[in-house]
Amino acid sequence: MPAGPPSLLIEGLRFAWPRQPELLAIERFELAHGERLFLFGPSGSGKSTLLNLIAGTLRPAHGTICIAGEPISGISASARDRLRADRIGVVFQQFNLLPYLSVSDNVLLGCRFSPRRRQRAIARDGSLPAACARLLAALGLGQAEFAQRPAATLSVGQQQRVAVARALIGAPELIICDEPTSALDADARAAFLALLFDECAAAGSGLLFVSHDRALAAKFGSSRALDEFASPTGASA
Amino acid sequence: MSALLRLAWASLGNRRFSVTLTITTIALSVSLLLGVERLRIEARSGFLRTVSGTDLIVGARANPVQLLLYSVFRLGDATNNVSWDSYREFAQRPEVAWTIPISLGDSHRGFRVVGTNHDYFAHLRFAGDRALDFRAGTRFEGLYDAVLGAEVAERLNYRIGQSIVIAHGTGQVNLSNHDDQPFTVVGILQRTGTPVDQSVHVSLEALEAIHSNWRFGTRVGQAPDAASLAQMDLTPRAITAFYVGLESRLSVFALQRAVNEYRAEPLSAIMPGVALQQLWRLLAVAERALLITAACVVLVGLLGMLTAVLATLQERRREMAILRAVGARPLHVFALMLLEAAFLTALGILLGVLALYAALFGFSDLLETRFGLFLSHGLPSANEWRLMGLILGAGVLAGTLPAWLAYRRSVADGMTVRT
Repeated sequence: MPAGPPSLLIEGLRFAWPRQPELLAIERFELAHGERLFLFGPSGSGKSTLLNLIAGTLRPAHGTICIAGEPISGISASARDRLRADRIGVVFQQFNLLPYLSVSDNVLLGCRFSPRRRQRAIARDGSLPAACARLLAALGLGQAEFAQRPAATLSVGQQQRVAVARALIGAPELIICDEPTSALDADARAAFLALLFDECAAAGSGLLFVSHDRALAAKFGSSRALDEFASPTGASA
Repeated sequence: MSALLRLAWASLGNRRFSVTLTITTIALSVSLLLGVERLRIEARSGFLRTVSGTDLIVGARANPVQLLLYSVFRLGDATNNVSWDSYREFAQRPEVAWTIPISLGDSHRGFRVVGTNHDYFAHLRFAGDRALDFRAGTRFEGLYDAVLGAEVAERLNYRIGQSIVIAHGTGQVNLSNHDDQPFTVVGILQRTGTPVDQSVHVSLEALEAIHSNWRFGTRVGQAPDAASLAQMDLTPRAITAFYVGLESRLSVFALQRAVNEYRAEPLSAIMPGVALQQLWRLLAVAERALLITAACVVLVGLLGMLTAVLATLQERRREMAILRAVGARPLHVFALMLLEAAFLTALGILLGVLALYAALFGFSDLLETRFGLFLSHGLPSANEWRLMGLILGAGVLAGTLPAWLAYRRSVADGMTVRT
């Protein structure tokens, strides 16, 4: 695989909430192109803040953050929103889906705000429904009529897999997973991770997997602890 | 934008119950406002249709509105009469095409009795250029013949040949009846939607005859028998007012001045349209109060919508965070909430208009017979469209509050909901 720019590169990042001590200080953090990384983030370590900074819904006071070589810091809010739509897929802990949309509409939500991802999905699979069907099938959700079901009728495990399909459609360069398995039981967790890895690899997307469950770290090639490299004082914030 | 439209629509569909309630509230308030507006316009055109074709109305000197009210709408009483000689003098002027003399003052079971002559049936017009039509029977020919308006016949369930007694005066109770000289119903008019429907028409001579044995409001002596009636001169000494139709409308001001400056007795000539304008000015306050009340009800409906939308904001932070995660800008969140408010208002208006038309079709008979109101079933007028536009505008304006709150929260929340 030809090595592109790193999926994620953070340099000299410093961030503090107003009238509060500095929360994050990261000299350098890199997620290589297509790399899978486990990021250990206990609660209170500034995990949510970091994810919002990476996704461009927050702005760092100092430093740069680049997604696939494109800086998401230091540009306008709307440009950050556009960059996030184009190059980042997100899977949350739970409640990932809009309950009033169908499964396929939830998956296609990943393309709604990004012409680039729409084009990439069509270029790869011919059409958006085809792209959606391929991803759902790959994630074990290929049953007939499944795509038309309202999202509210799915089990938690199914919802998380649909969220992965949404994050992956249009093959964004970076997938961010924020505790995506904490609502799943152990068996489902392993199966979910296997599917996630396969599909990230197939799409060529880098995977930043954030969790407070160290037991999962073994399944990743590399792992880092947020409080070890990101705390301004070296101690947990 | 189309993606947002679909999202807003689906999100509303997800909250069917509260959304239906909200829309119903708005719809009812919109029906009320548009209904009031339509009633207002129809009441005006109802008044206008009553006086169509008449160029001048002449009566004893009075305020034009008062003269209009008693001579046309049969509301209130005349202050004074017009002498028969004056009437004849004006009626014979060359520029006058026709006149209709009317004599008021008696009643039959709450309905006004109008003394007049055959010119009433020949020249009176309503609703543009429609002439009076008989549903049954004919004009009065004999002395004690009466012609009923449609409403009188229906309400009292009278038929041709029915014998009726006229009461002296126009009050509801304690009247002396002219029961010594009963009348016979010979004709019933078609419905007109004007005060004609509520009138009992008899000849001027008949009124003269039944009052021949009355002095100062009480009966004296015997009712005249047929033989003495034949010898009696039943030419009226005075009438209450007369309608004038001119050969050419150009002479209306000249004749009006001639009447107003008439030396033999103090008279007033009014142009019905002008007097109606003055009446509107009097009624404008009441009209406005009614409209403002209805507008307030709409405001309450919109506030209800605002409450409903605001109440969902907290539970929908998650939804907004998901949208932000897939790349939505805070402006998209703003637009989404605004679209929902616009949808709710627009659907409320649509439903309200449908309800109004359903009511118009369903209750038009009732309104017509009970209140003499003819409500048109026509498409919304320009003014009604304007009102609907205003309501939609107000709804969208109200929607900016939850939209702005959602916008601020979504900027603060980003992809993760802070609690």
